[in-house]
Amino acid sequence: MAVTQETVQTVQEVEKYKYGFVTDIDTDTAPKGLNEDIIRFISAKKEEPQWLLDWRLKAYEHWLTMEEPDWAKVGYPPIDYQDAYYYSAPKSAEEGPESLDDVDPELLATYEKLGIPLHEQEVLAGVKNVAVDAVFDSVSVATTFKETLAAHGVIFCSISEAVKDHPELVREYLGSVVPYSDNFFATLNCAVFTDGSFVYIPKGVRCPMELSTYFRINAANTGQFERTLIIADEGSYVSYLEGCTAPMRDENQLHAAVVELVAHKDAEIKYSTVQNWYPGDENGVGGIYNFVTKRGACRGDDSKISWTQVETGSAITWKYPSCILQGDRSVGEFYSIAITNNFQQADTGTKMIHLGKDTRSRIISKGISAGKSQATYRGLVKMMPNASDARNYSQCDSLLIGSECGAHTVPYIESRNRSAQVEHEATTSKISDDQLFYCRQRGIGEEEAVALIVNGFCREVLQELPMEFAVEAQKLVGISLEGSVG
Amino acid sequence: MLEIKNLHASVDGKTILKGLDLAMGPGEVHAIMGPNGSGKSTLSYVIAGRDGYEVTEGSILFNGRDLMEMEPDERAGEGLFLAFQYPVEIPGVSTMNFLKTSLNAIRAYRGEDELDAMDFLKFVREQTATLNITDELLKRAVNVGFSGGEKKRNEVLQMAVLRPSLAVLDETDSGLDVDALKIVGEGVTSLRSPERSMLVITHYQRLLDYVVPDRVHVLADGKIVASGDAGLARELEEKGYAEFSKAAA
Repeated sequence: MAVTQETVQTVQEVEKYKYGFVTDIDTDTAPKGLNEDIIRFISAKKEEPQWLLDWRLKAYEHWLTMEEPDWAKVGYPPIDYQDAYYYSAPKSAEEGPESLDDVDPELLATYEKLGIPLHEQEVLAGVKNVAVDAVFDSVSVATTFKETLAAHGVIFCSISEAVKDHPELVREYLGSVVPYSDNFFATLNCAVFTDGSFVYIPKGVRCPMELSTYFRINAANTGQFERTLIIADEGSYVSYLEGCTAPMRDENQLHAAVVELVAHKDAEIKYSTVQNWYPGDENGVGGIYNFVTKRGACRGDDSKISWTQVETGSAITWKYPSCILQGDRSVGEFYSIAITNNFQQADTGTKMIHLGKDTRSRIISKGISAGKSQATYRGLVKMMPNASDARNYSQCDSLLIGSECGAHTVPYIESRNRSAQVEHEATTSKISDDQLFYCRQRGIGEEEAVALIVNGFCREVLQELPMEFAVEAQKLVGISLEGSVG
Repeated sequence: MLEIKNLHASVDGKTILKGLDLAMGPGEVHAIMGPNGSGKSTLSYVIAGRDGYEVTEGSILFNGRDLMEMEPDERAGEGLFLAFQYPVEIPGVSTMNFLKTSLNAIRAYRGEDELDAMDFLKFVREQTATLNITDELLKRAVNVGFSGGEKKRNEVLQMAVLRPSLAVLDETDSGLDVDALKIVGEGVTSLRSPERSMLVITHYQRLLDYVVPDRVHVLADGKIVASGDAGLARELEEKGYAEFSKAAA
């Protein structure tokens, strides 16, 4: 509760989108457009082995045969995939800095401004150490606490480094959860992915600190296609968080990431996202198109994958973090807060595919729409024939602020096993005048009151976030709803 | 400290208050009694500044300042408190957090430092004892699943924490059984002080057995039709409102 209080105080101090600045830095950029040569260029820049280049090209060939999906409840003008840059890297980061001391001061200053500490002696939110991998446009510029983690056998590095240093792991797992042919945006990502994070937690290790990746789009007209791969070996545990921001620009920018998680027997992965890409201005100009594929496989028995997301940014969000529950008694969880304001559109939810016996999944989705925005929850719960006694519980709550926004809930349920149980609950409500007046009579200003009420509405999800990030998330809730009342 | 002159107010274009006058001094307790539909709740909402309650004529001065110029949260900052007839539920926000947010908002309005978590907890515990409010209740979401008595006790707790200079109690006795009425009545009485005026709006005499008023006013058809001392309340209880309503017509 102290946390909410702090939020409420901070809300008033923070301007609308404080991450909207641009870093002026020399970049190395691939020519505009998308073709085989660009893919070869990216692969060469990263000094990749032949198998990876072949995989990229195979994906590209397949992508050319695919059509952009149109089933989501989002609308946008056609994207010209030839009118964008697919690779942009700060020149200073090209050689790959050996240590934090070698990182371009301009970049360090950028992350400092964003509140992301890249000096290991600094701690995020003052609670405990968090290891950070910072991805700037197409490359990872720094990863902290590598040595500390290595002492526990934990590998935490950029995926480009992992390709060089741990090729056997990357080759085994890359594309094993989200295959190259999966969907239009994921396939595009396979062809042109530039950087992202790689995590491997060895058997029986409980990762000693939170891991996080901070994604920053800086260059104009550049797509960001990052790829994250996390493997939790038997009996291990890791909590991982990603955060994202981008400068304010009038044109839309594409972000098509792929995240793959693999949890072996008795392993647990907790993956949290605070997504705050630039949402566009109050007239709906600019903003990021966030078309992301995230999927986790609970491969082993008694494994667990938990997705928690706070989605406040982006002009358009198209995202369904999913769990494939293969192992018996494996558990999948999805906790989501999606806030849309002004002209934002979000079509987000999850897929829980139950394959193993006694598998469990839990979906808690909180959608908040304000302004002229549209928010859709879209979720699939699938019980396969072998999923005896599997269970799912879903709860989807929508909160409307004002009368020009929309909230939609689209649950798909497929059960092919008689002993499986699926429960779905959904509610839609509005912030009432009674609630606002009650708060204001107690001295709480209007915007602060909205933030308080919305934070209350989201509480079940906020409490799933790691402590360090709950504060930030609560602030975001307030900030992203500024101007939504009155 | 509160001076209402010739107050006319309407809701949805319908005139409810039709020239109400009322003057209260510091530390005074006034009761407003009246039948259903006489404008009691409208008066409390107009004083607190609720949207949709439009003042068409007249004025309300609070400590010499024009209340009409202020937003509801500013009025609260100035020391005005309304105990709601129907306290509102706020799911997911703990009662403790709500109290703290509220107190610190008001302290900030007055240019005072916020209380830290420990001082705040200590301060709240001092208030909860007399109201028979448990820590468990403070952890629950504001008014969610509260019984009628718990809701009203929670209103009195907020009043105790926020220490207003003027408290308007809108039918705080409604929906209470005898035991709950006693706790609420004694709670309110314990908050009487020379720095705190109270405007007790009620349909019945029974709350006034605990909170004995300095003045009693009868509201009928949007106007004060009779005023007197505490004896007037007992007289009303015996004779009913019909006689006074006739006088207003």
